[in-house]
Amino acid sequence: MRLALIPLIVFLALVAFLAVGLKRDPHEIPSPLIDHPAPAFVLDTVAADTPHFSPEQMKGQVWLLNVWATWCLPCQQEHPMLMQFAQQGLVPVVGMNYKEIQTDQDEAGQPLLPATRLSMARTKTAAWLKKHGNPYAFTVLDVDGRVGVNYGVYGVPESYLIDKAGVIRYKVVGVLTPEILAETVQPLIQKLNKEPFPQQPVPKAS
Amino acid sequence: MTLHRLSPVFPSATASLNSGAGVLTFRFSFVFVLSFALACLAFFANAVQAKEAVPLGDAPWVEARMVHISEELRCLVCQNETLASSRADLAKDLRDEVRDLIRQGKTDPEIKTYLVARYGDFVLYRPEVKPSTWALWWGPAVMLGLGLITALWAVRTRRKNAAADAAIDADTAPHLPQVPFSPEAQKLVDSVMKNRE
Repeated sequence: MRLALIPLIVFLALVAFLAVGLKRDPHEIPSPLIDHPAPAFVLDTVAADTPHFSPEQMKGQVWLLNVWATWCLPCQQEHPMLMQFAQQGLVPVVGMNYKEIQTDQDEAGQPLLPATRLSMARTKTAAWLKKHGNPYAFTVLDVDGRVGVNYGVYGVPESYLIDKAGVIRYKVVGVLTPEILAETVQPLIQKLNKEPFPQQPVPKAS
Repeated sequence: MTLHRLSPVFPSATASLNSGAGVLTFRFSFVFVLSFALACLAFFANAVQAKEAVPLGDAPWVEARMVHISEELRCLVCQNETLASSRADLAKDLRDEVRDLIRQGKTDPEIKTYLVARYGDFVLYRPEVKPSTWALWWGPAVMLGLGLITALWAVRTRRKNAAADAAIDADTAPHLPQVPFSPEAQKLVDSVMKNRE
């Protein structure tokens, strides 16, 4: 009698596995960068007055890195959420515009020079942000997507929550929904904000 | 009518107009096939031009190694394709990345480690054997083993049950009176048994 239950148990286990499998998004690949330092970079920004940005600048504060592009439709869906989130002023949001210029050639069919691509990306991004609103403290331009590769970006939008020490603590693949923000990101920010950050000892004047 | 349009190009077609329907059909189909072939050629020539430009100027050994490594890597956008075969934009970028690493003199395991550090084990078609991938590597063998053990156990139990049933059957068979044979009958039985041997 007990043995007769074994097939039923096996079947229920199988159903449980399949149910979990159904709920999981195969496109959501766990990032190996969680709890690792955010890769360093220096990139051009959209703003002319602060020409470069490096994650080093954000040391000592929790911040959100949002990877996006003007050609990315889900990013446009995400944009109002980001605006709202930025207005709350919990943490600064840094936008990384990923491969804004999708072509390698100009209108005449000539290969685009890196400098031209950069200025095209800057113009396009600035115009878009001016039109739709700018949630970003900094907007950096990853024109060729090389920094994106270092962050394991495989689609846009993606967002990384980085702590005071510059360690990636959480990654959201896809659109930041109000649920994700309220249930996961904001509680985590509150927790991370409480973490102590060892201040650099002030060098004594000799 | 098509023939008339074509005839200046192929004068023989005009000549054959009067020489019977069979020849006409032959000429027509010949012209048709020829023009179709030319159209195909033009189409394929176009297709070749329209294909993504392969960056030239790369040493063939770099390309060969890049393809060799990329065949072991998964494209993260179209997840059932290798990095070598995928046409996704990201796959192209990652192939460029692999080319760069090859030119920097990195070994194959170093290049794979580089990508795993960024995209995780998922990028490997053949994930490393380690505690977190044991289920993946040995799971099927364990399941097969469990299946075999279960089958063996089931067969054994069934056989044992059958034997027990037989014993019960023998036990509960109606008992016949045990009458000793007469000497003649015993002799007959003995000889029969001997013959059988």
